[in-house]
Amino acid sequence: MSEMSVKKVLFDPVFTNNPIALQILGICSALAVTTSMELSIVMGLAVCTVTGMSNLLISTIRSQIPSSIRIIVQMTIIASLVIVVDQILKAYAYEISKQLSVFVGLIITNCIVMGRAEAFAMQNSPGISFLDGIGNGLGYMVLLLAVAFFRELLGAGKLFGIEILPTVNDGGWYVPNGLLLLPPSAFFIIGFLIWGLRGWKKEQVEAPDYRMSSHTAREAF
Amino acid sequence: MSNKESTNKTILVAFLLCLACSIVVAGSVVLLKPIQEVNKALNLKVNILAAAGLLPESNDAAAIEAAFSKIEARIVDLDSGEYVEPEVVGRKEALAYDQRKASKDPKLSSPLSGADDIASIKRRVKYAKVYLVKNEGQLETIILPISGYGLWSTLHGFVALEPDVNTIVGLGFYEHAETPGLGGEVDNPRWKSSWTGKKLFDLSSSDDPKIKLLKGSVDPASKNAEYEVDGLAGATLTSRGVTNLIQFWTGEHGFQQYLNHLRKEV
Repeated sequence: MSEMSVKKVLFDPVFTNNPIALQILGICSALAVTTSMELSIVMGLAVCTVTGMSNLLISTIRSQIPSSIRIIVQMTIIASLVIVVDQILKAYAYEISKQLSVFVGLIITNCIVMGRAEAFAMQNSPGISFLDGIGNGLGYMVLLLAVAFFRELLGAGKLFGIEILPTVNDGGWYVPNGLLLLPPSAFFIIGFLIWGLRGWKKEQVEAPDYRMSSHTAREAF
Repeated sequence: MSNKESTNKTILVAFLLCLACSIVVAGSVVLLKPIQEVNKALNLKVNILAAAGLLPESNDAAAIEAAFSKIEARIVDLDSGEYVEPEVVGRKEALAYDQRKASKDPKLSSPLSGADDIASIKRRVKYAKVYLVKNEGQLETIILPISGYGLWSTLHGFVALEPDVNTIVGLGFYEHAETPGLGGEVDNPRWKSSWTGKKLFDLSSSDDPKIKLLKGSVDPASKNAEYEVDGLAGATLTSRGVTNLIQFWTGEHGFQQYLNHLRKEV
């Protein structure tokens, strides 16, 4: 792993190895918090902090962790960090923390955090692990923002709460698409984004599990 | 150094980790508590003002405090429906009385029997804190605290009434943990605004509350339309909870005596 450069560790997870689009992790919160750009940014930053710090801490003590309890150790560290982040949000961003409600707490169960701790931080030095955590948090945030862009713009006619398309309810011309404010719409948008991303970066396309072979016998006259 | 896989080492690591994590978590909770309390108190005031339709344009703390200073808190004895002095509940001023704390205090509350407890709050306070908005001595708005069980959580909020002690000015919940997007839509401004102008009682027939949430939307042509509010789509149990809690608090075990008193005065 000698070619592991800082730039690669930090920015690879954004497009080439995106945790949501390629590894399909952390979908649950991506459906829930992407109704507005503001929520997505705060959620993205919270996940960034947690992945970065948990990778740093776990990597620092990795040689001391007995392998029989390593998952529990990782979980405890992650859970403590998430509670701290939740408390900070409640103190300094009360309105947003009210809207994010349970989803900050649910970062604990976000597979990205645990996945990076187990796959990267347990094998690498603290500095590079920290960057890997930040990078994966960034990848998560970028995808969240992309989804939130479409959902907020087409669902509410706004971006960051500022009106872009004047809606009919406020005397404008745009009829907002209510579906985009509901969680299922995020599934469609994430699907389209994955499609787009794989059209651009062909190496992300997985080999098919099986191939249909052509007919060899005549059946059913 | 002993082998890191040994039992002793495992127990030691687990112990040290738990100690370190509990110190960090407990420390952050204790250190940040004062700031969170300020936020909570401000949020409560914002919700009282919002229910009464008095929320100032700017939402900075000073503007909210200024708007809130026009509101007067009073303590009401729910059984007699009369105002009582704050000393009765052991406070110097009415604003300092914490009704939610009192509902857990055996001296200030009594258990509710199953049939009476339609809002599932288990205990009923003897004294409630109401907020009055007055303009040159004339009563403009009455704000009553309401609470009750929805699907997952107890909803806490306020309902504001016009001086006719019947027409609703507004309603809002400042604390709940209902499902976001379904029951959580009790925070939806459009749904909240549908309460404005509705009536609690049909006073020609009885002084028991008549208001309720429907399943689906209200037919404006119906003769009961002014006592009905749209239910929350996909949240039958939260809607039922809201109906129960508003009927409880405006009914015989809630503010009924107090509201009857007010009506005589006006």
